[in-house]
Order: sequence, then structure tokens, then C-alpha cells
Amino acid sequence: MANKISDETLDYVGILAKLELSGEEREAARTDMEKMLDYIDTLNELDTTGVEPMSHVFPVNNVFREDVVTNGDGREETLANAPQRKEDSFEVPKTIG
Amino acid sequence: MKITELTALELGAKIRAGEVTVKEAVQAALEQAKAAEPMINSYVTLDEEGAYAQAEEIQKKIDAGELTGPLAGVPVAVKDNMCIKGQLTTCSSKILSNFKPTYTAEAVENLKKAGMVILGKTNMDEFAMGSTTETSWYGPTKNPHNTAHVPGGSSGGSCAAVAAGECFGALGSDTGGSIRQPSSYCGVVGMKPTYGTVSRYGLVAYGSSLDQIGPITKDVSDCAAFLEVIASHDPKDSTSVEREDYDFTSALKDDVQGLKIGIPRDYLGDGLDPEVKEAVLAAAKVLEKRGAVVELFDLGLVKYAIPAYYTIASAEASSNLERFDGVKYGYRAAEYEGLHNMYKKTRSEGFGAEVKRRIMLGSFVLSSGYYDAYYLKALRTKALIKQEFDKAFEKYDVILGPAAPTTAPELGTSLSDPIKMYLGDIYTISVNLAGLPGISVPVGRDKKGLPVGMQLIGSAFAEKTLIRAAYTYECATGKAHEKMAEVKASEKEVR
Repeated sequence: MANKISDETLDYVGILAKLELSGEEREAARTDMEKMLDYIDTLNELDTTGVEPMSHVFPVNNVFREDVVTNGDGREETLANAPQRKEDSFEVPKTIG
Repeated sequence: MKITELTALELGAKIRAGEVTVKEAVQAALEQAKAAEPMINSYVTLDEEGAYAQAEEIQKKIDAGELTGPLAGVPVAVKDNMCIKGQLTTCSSKILSNFKPTYTAEAVENLKKAGMVILGKTNMDEFAMGSTTETSWYGPTKNPHNTAHVPGGSSGGSCAAVAAGECFGALGSDTGGSIRQPSSYCGVVGMKPTYGTVSRYGLVAYGSSLDQIGPITKDVSDCAAFLEVIASHDPKDSTSVEREDYDFTSALKDDVQGLKIGIPRDYLGDGLDPEVKEAVLAAAKVLEKRGAVVELFDLGLVKYAIPAYYTIASAEASSNLERFDGVKYGYRAAEYEGLHNMYKKTRSEGFGAEVKRRIMLGSFVLSSGYYDAYYLKALRTKALIKQEFDKAFEKYDVILGPAAPTTAPELGTSLSDPIKMYLGDIYTISVNLAGLPGISVPVGRDKKGLPVGMQLIGSAFAEKTLIRAAYTYECATGKAHEKMAEVKASEKEVR
């Protein structure tokens, strides 16, 4: 079964992935995805009826702790990495028109 | 003997005995790195000043009897996807090219507690996505045994640095073979521990349910000693496991009498290079002669591991990498119109082709309408693959096979055909899906002189069995296949 990725699907995935692919890159992404999905489709040869999806190999449970700060104030160090800051905030482009 | 030719434990012993100072050890590694780096490119960051400062402090503590561990004073390298406070941590990506973490990864903290000197951060495939270290934004790392070939990946920088004597051991991370495959290509020992053994706190996540940090070393004894240092139960990582045993060096025993070893027939079939097959089967014979019981068996579902893996890993990657949006750290596009355009431009300019490929695929398989057909199908396949391993370990103590189907390919020959590149991970990937421990041990060379690695796979938490088998092999062969790479003078002149 050969997968075909439509322009609409490619646009939609681009929105989910927050990626802007143009021209050549977009066509390469389409071909790559079609090939990979064809390859992944080999999984359909396997009968997985009644098999539970396994997200973790060992039984893991949520780990809780008391809500107490232990790592001190890292404000300045954290903000030092900001591409753009305004006083004690991360600055982003205007979000509301 | 040159200092750089010592193993980590040998160096540690000499430092404790006062025969070598920590400063001398650091100096030797840095000089070797400076000579080799123009050809190998193992490091993204080499922290010369910091290394000497650490050396001074550690020497004082050793002299005062405060640091007594077997690896105190030993200079090591860390893959550039593990955070070190205040030190550049790039994941070999443009998008993190200016990122300095505000905290240190638990595994690195454990190295520091043991008194090891961190020399720098090693090159890798961007965000650990790749099998050759060619997707790095900082250019490819070269194989120290032959610089026309790749070192493997994604922990290619760490493995090349160890093989070239640019450090005495290194940390790597392994999501689908990223420690074992480059260890095989570079002729060093590399182990992926059981999922949960080493804390992932401070490891930049790729596929969280598969990622595991592990040691890359010159020999099996060093591997056990490093694992003993980095393995810990960490409340800061909710998937960290409290193990019953952390005394991995106690398994360094030259004895495999009665050990049951199974070789999957499917690991010897199509696509396996005859020279690799020969070397791996010869290694199995060595263990058989030492008293192990070796037989072939059918593992099953081998060919479904790669498609299941790329579905799961890409899905997790697309989610994990959403955080890189140009707001709180890292690269931000210079020009944009509004917030959403800033996100898109930042990410499109900041990520390389392979990372984008996996984010796109991951976003697709998680999207509504495809989630069941792809993502859940892959998780169901994973359950079946784990069952196959469970069945195998009812009969065998260890599964033996190649670490990779070939030796290191030439630079520039892998990235054009992703599926072919992914097939190179066929023997390692299922181990991550099942959460098992695996180790790659050098067992020979091909005609070109490139190393071949044997992979030993254990049941969950059976690292000690792997260490014992690998150590026995090493004893039987007198470490014949663990020779360090020679950095050739002729190539030095070319640079």
C-alpha cells in the first residue's frame, strides 16, 4: 500500500509541528513521510488484536513529593538564557492584535 | 607507557599511589585532544581552564583523603545532551547553540562526586537523531581508526574521544543503539543499562520511554566501574528505579561456566556483513570454550522493531521538542511577524533536516485519525517484542549477536537514504523497546582495519551477567581487540 500525503495533510502536520517548510524542503518531507509510512505499514502484517498498548516496560507509578522548594532562586540564571527579556520577564512578540 | 594509553582504573590507581598527578592526567588528555581534534572533531566544547581548576580541587581532596574512589582524578567527557550548570549544552543543534543550563544532570553530578574531571562536551547527531554523527550542526565527527569513515552515532563524539585517547571514558545516551553502535564502530566498550538505572534528570529528552545514559570506556572493567558511579535512584526522575544491586564491579569474574547463551538466527541473516558475522561467531566460540553453552534460536518479530521504534521515538520526539520555541532559551529567528510566525521561523531555522523529518513524522502519527493506526499499533507491537524477549530469557542468560550489521560506513554515504540508515540499528533498537541492558564489546577488525563489535543483551537488571560474560571474553583474548586508535602523522600534516 503506497501512502500519499496530500497538500492539506502536509499543511496540517506543519501546523502541529510548528514548522514552516518551503519549496524543496516541503517536497522532501512529503517523500520522506510517504516512504516511512509505507515502511511502518509492515506492522499491519502483525495481528495485535487484544494486545494492550505498552507505553512503559516496567510498571511505573507517579512519584509524589511534598510541594516544597529545594532548589533556591534561579531567576537571574534562568532569564540570562532568554533570547529577549524585559526586566524580569521573557519578552515575546505581541500576541493579541 | 603514555598516560593516555592507560585505562581509567589504571590511571585512577596511579593517581592514588601518587605516581601521576590529576593535573598531569588532564594535561595528557588535553594534549592528545589538541593533536587529534583537527582530524576527529569529537568535542563541541573543550573546557581547558575548567578542567585544570577541577584538577587542582580534586587533587587536594585526594591528598586529604576525602576522595578515595577508584576513578578519582580521572578526566572524562560528557555527551553534549547532558546539562552542566553554566556550561554550553547544545545537543549539537543550532537551536541550542547558546544555551547554558541552570542545573547539572544527575549522572554528571555522580561523576563529580566520584572525583572525576569533566574535560568537555562531545559531538553527537543533532538531538541524538542519527546513526553517524553527521547530523551535528558542528560538523561530523570522524572515526579515529580511519578518518574517511563515520564514528557511528548518535554518541559518536564520546566514542571517538575514548578511542583516540582524548579522555579516559565518556558518557553517552542510547535511545535506539546510540551508545552500542558507535562503540562497535570505534572499537570501545559501551553499555546501555536497563531503563531506569541511570537518572535521566538533566538529559535533554529525545524519546523519553527509550532514552538511557550509559558508559563508554576502553575496557570492560572501566565500564563496570563507571556504571557503579553513575547508576543511582533519583527522586528527580520519576522513571528512575531503585535497584537491589549497584556493585557492578563485583561481576568482573573470569567465569562463564554453564552460562546459557542464545544467538538469534535472525541476527545472522540478510544484510549482515560476512566479516562482521565471522568475528562475532568467533567470539561466541571463545565463550563456548570457556564453558558457556551456546546455541542458535528464533527470536521472532525482529523485522518489526525498526518500524515500531521510529513511530514511537518520532512521536515522543515531536512532543519533547515542542519546548524549543525561541521564548525562554536558545536561538530565536531574527525576523518574524507575530508570535506564531516567530515559533515557526525559529524552529524551521534552528532544527536540521533529520530532526524536522522526525518531528513531522511524530506529529503525523500522533494526530487525530492516525493515532490508533500508527502510534497505538506501534505500542502494541512493542508489547509483543517484549514478550519475545521474555520467552528467550526463560531459556537463556544472555543473547549474543552483532552490535551493527556492518563496520563504520564512509562519511557522506548514509544520510541520503534514511530507511537504509535506520536498518543499521536493527540489532540494537529492540533492546530499547524492551528496556533491557546491552553491551557492545570489540571482537575484531575487518580488512580495512575497522573495528567490529559484539552485542550481549541481558534480561532486565542483569547488567552483572553481561559484565561477567564480557570480562571473560576479554580475559580469554587478552584484550587483543581493544587497541586504541592510532592518530596517524600523515593525516596530521594534511590538516
